[in-house]
Amino acid sequence: MDLENQKRVLEYTEQHGAENVVVLLGAADAEGAGLAAETVEAGDPTYAGPLTGVSLGLACYHVCEPVVKEEFDEAVYEEQVSMMEMVLDVDEIVEEMDDIRGEYCQYC
Amino acid sequence: MNTVIKGTSYVMAHTPHMVILNGVTQTTERIVNPESEYLKKLPEHLRSYEDILAYYPNQVYIGNHTDDDLAAIEFPYYDKKCDISDRYGKFGELMPEHEFYLLMKIADDFDLVHLEKDFVAEYKDQFAKDPVVTEFMLKRLGEGDDHEKIVKLVEEEHAEKLIQGDKVVGCVKRAHDIDVNLSAHIMLENIVNKASAVLALAHGLKNIDINPDDIEYVIECGEEACGDQNQRGGGNFAKSIAEIVELHNATGSDTRSFCAAPSHAMVEAAALVKAGVYKNVAVVAGGCTAKLGMNGKDHVAKGLPVLEDMIAGFCVIVGENDGVNPEIDLRYIGRHTVGTGSAPQKVISTLVADPLERAGLTTLDVDKFSPEMQNPDITQPAGAGNVPEANYKMIGALSVMKKWMEKKELLNFVKEHGLVGYAPTQGHIPSGVPYIGFARENILDGSMQRVMIIGKGSLFLGRMTNLFDGISFMITPNSAKQEEENAVSKDTVRQLIAESLREFAQSLTDEETKA
Repeated sequence: MDLENQKRVLEYTEQHGAENVVVLLGAADAEGAGLAAETVEAGDPTYAGPLTGVSLGLACYHVCEPVVKEEFDEAVYEEQVSMMEMVLDVDEIVEEMDDIRGEYCQYC
Repeated sequence: MNTVIKGTSYVMAHTPHMVILNGVTQTTERIVNPESEYLKKLPEHLRSYEDILAYYPNQVYIGNHTDDDLAAIEFPYYDKKCDISDRYGKFGELMPEHEFYLLMKIADDFDLVHLEKDFVAEYKDQFAKDPVVTEFMLKRLGEGDDHEKIVKLVEEEHAEKLIQGDKVVGCVKRAHDIDVNLSAHIMLENIVNKASAVLALAHGLKNIDINPDDIEYVIECGEEACGDQNQRGGGNFAKSIAEIVELHNATGSDTRSFCAAPSHAMVEAAALVKAGVYKNVAVVAGGCTAKLGMNGKDHVAKGLPVLEDMIAGFCVIVGENDGVNPEIDLRYIGRHTVGTGSAPQKVISTLVADPLERAGLTTLDVDKFSPEMQNPDITQPAGAGNVPEANYKMIGALSVMKKWMEKKELLNFVKEHGLVGYAPTQGHIPSGVPYIGFARENILDGSMQRVMIIGKGSLFLGRMTNLFDGISFMITPNSAKQEEENAVSKDTVRQLIAESLREFAQSLTDEETKA
């Protein structure tokens, strides 16, 4: 995850409390989504950014996960996300996100 | 009359030592973790010049193999040896690092690049054999400096080192004592950008055999900024590049929009020619040192060679319609506007579907799309996926949503209308433009009728806006040529009618004779 985004996630968490922050991802594949989720839950696995060694344990979801999709206005989802949903390997992403949350999430 | 694409060039310089010294991943690591395992292991993962010559995607970039050839090669590519390992190709060349240092010296107007005397003497003759190196360039090279002077500049004046193996063979010094915009680091970045663009422009001119005096305008579209503390991005790279290749009749300017800049520049160039402002315009860009080894940590961790060791450049020369070359169809430009939004669905709709619908076409009418052409050999091990393929899946999904095809045809669409990525991850370099050379050839030989070039850029990186950016245009056969072909077919019809009438008249005569 981009170092600047790590910094922003850390600042929002300090400002609002970890229990009140949800990170929503739009990564194009399971591996990328998994890395980003791991960063905001367990800490930066590349040891480069502000979240190195910081386990925030935040709730983190991908926008194509069914549990997130349910929260959207159908028309908005159709207009903004449906095309990508058709392209992405949603099952693989859901499995990866479940695994990361199962291991590191403290607020799910 | 539409503007035509007269020719292209694609070049790269192999710069392994710059990966270590100047790539941002490495310079950052030296600050935050100077004793890291990565920095220790990195030198073992650098490729030799022979390795990069025998690297399949590089040979495609300079035109010795086609995208189709690469598609037939089993992925990944880094562990395969290409059957062609030539320095020169029909589009350009793969220049070795030591010669690129000489080119940097030639590109330097302010005595900032210093090379050792022995180093210059060793490589000057070899460098002079490059078909695009001119007498004018060799005069600018000079004889070089003493080793002691270079060591002093590095140790006492914060100059950036130029190394070969473990030896310092030159340096780039700062252009101002205080102004950070003219620091040695920035000057090296800008001179590398300029030198690689010079190489691209020189090959562009050579490839179409044009009189340099006929180029009236140059648009540079890289990602660096030149200027001082009073005008940090003042420019003008374009004119400075044109000067080195002796385009005495040209003026120029720089266009910026991150990775979308080359496509913006192409549309601007085509419009300027079509409007009659200039007869011939060169669109050119060099490469950037910052992105060298950008994904190096992932490559090293996975035991791969560091594949981002190439400084790249390209040039496209457009001009007045010559009745032969493919045209840029300015009627149907895809534009990402301020109101478009940043969702991928919106972006791809506005860049691909909108211009096609205005033209009364669908995605199936486009032979090939050239969006972000990053080499997946580089991006996949770094977790960034196969970028071109992701684009084709999006264009395919859009086609399904538009009911232009069935969902089951999605994979086939990707194969038929897509390309395999082969361009280095140098930001603007892989963005749409790498395929213009092949597109021109395929349209000229009649194997393609329509190619769409798509440039996209992430503007948020400049922290001025969160807006996305993008622009697309289509390349089509020369309309004069098509009219000629239509005229030929009309002649054929006339001939057939005349023959029929003659036969009819003959049959009447025969009947009269019988009677």
